[in-house]
Amino acid sequence: MMRVAKIAAIGAAAVFAALFVGWWQVDGPGADSAPGKRSLPLTAMEFSLTDQDGRDVGPETLIGEPSLVFFGFTYCPDVCPTTLSDISGWLDEIGPDAEDLNTVFITVDPDRDTVEAMAEYVSYFHPQIQGWTGLPDQIAAIADGFRATYEKVEGENGEYTMNHTAGVFLFDATGRFVTTIDYHEPREFAVPKIRRAMQNRTERAES
Amino acid sequence: MFKTFAKAIQSLSVALLMGLPMASSAQQLSENASIVVESPWARASLGMSRPGGAYLTVRNEGSDPISLIGLRAEISGMASIHETRTNSDGVSIMAPADNIVIPPGGMFALEPGGYHAMLMQLQSPLVEGETFPLTLLFSDGTELEITVPVLGIGARGPEG
Repeated sequence: MMRVAKIAAIGAAAVFAALFVGWWQVDGPGADSAPGKRSLPLTAMEFSLTDQDGRDVGPETLIGEPSLVFFGFTYCPDVCPTTLSDISGWLDEIGPDAEDLNTVFITVDPDRDTVEAMAEYVSYFHPQIQGWTGLPDQIAAIADGFRATYEKVEGENGEYTMNHTAGVFLFDATGRFVTTIDYHEPREFAVPKIRRAMQNRTERAES
Repeated sequence: MFKTFAKAIQSLSVALLMGLPMASSAQQLSENASIVVESPWARASLGMSRPGGAYLTVRNEGSDPISLIGLRAEISGMASIHETRTNSDGVSIMAPADNIVIPPGGMFALEPGGYHAMLMQLQSPLVEGETFPLTLLFSDGTELEITVPVLGIGARGPEG
């Protein structure tokens, strides 16, 4: 009788342990941060946009090299130019290695940000930075893949601004999402993150 | 070369600030003297259709709190202070900020990624190397005109 109770107790403990491990990995502290909010890998995305030179671009344009991608709009007086300046500084610090890094600014305001507008805007920053625009449904498709959001906010006199996800997305050369960099993150944190994403590619190339 | 120029403009604007109260009434003299504006700068604009952004620091050296209630600039049809915030989802939101209270001995900074002077409806482009006047309006009626140097579009701070 005692023996049966003991087995039942061990069995129950095992079930609880299994449940706990499951919870830990799926919903608990052991889970990936913000499940469902993490960007998809570039290989799982489908979108077709136009770069600053009028060329068609898509996920395949990015896969093969590590990528730094962020959303914004050229009518943005503060965060977007600040992010572009920060990124220019990071690229300067990384030096010649940065040539292997896709760095792309994607507009969430395609109505105003035409190919010409994007071309002019990015020309004021680091030459490595590209500017992509496209049809509204394609912008929506890429934002959805990145789990990024944006919305139009009407102001006075017919003016409007855009709220949008402000972080910089980092992908390795295989298109896997590595991490984000906050737009105001100091350079001493941002640059090592970029180098890490670039290293993933070196390791893969060597193996 | 440009930095030296920007610095010169900066010192010039500070000097102007110091000098301005002299020309005003005695009442304004005491009020203005307690407000110090430092390191103003603006980013060059792409033409006139996009809003411009300017930054500066206001220090309250007086013994009473003072509120920065607005801006006025000939170069802008609509100048106001805006705040950029990032919510818990990492979404950046820009909203007007009015009635900014600066405690005695305190300071308030308009800087990239935080508060900025939003210059909408530009009447002329903000050209790198040029300057423009900007007036800060305070709750006690003080109006402080400062000279803002325009830096490059990729500038990160008053030093360029």
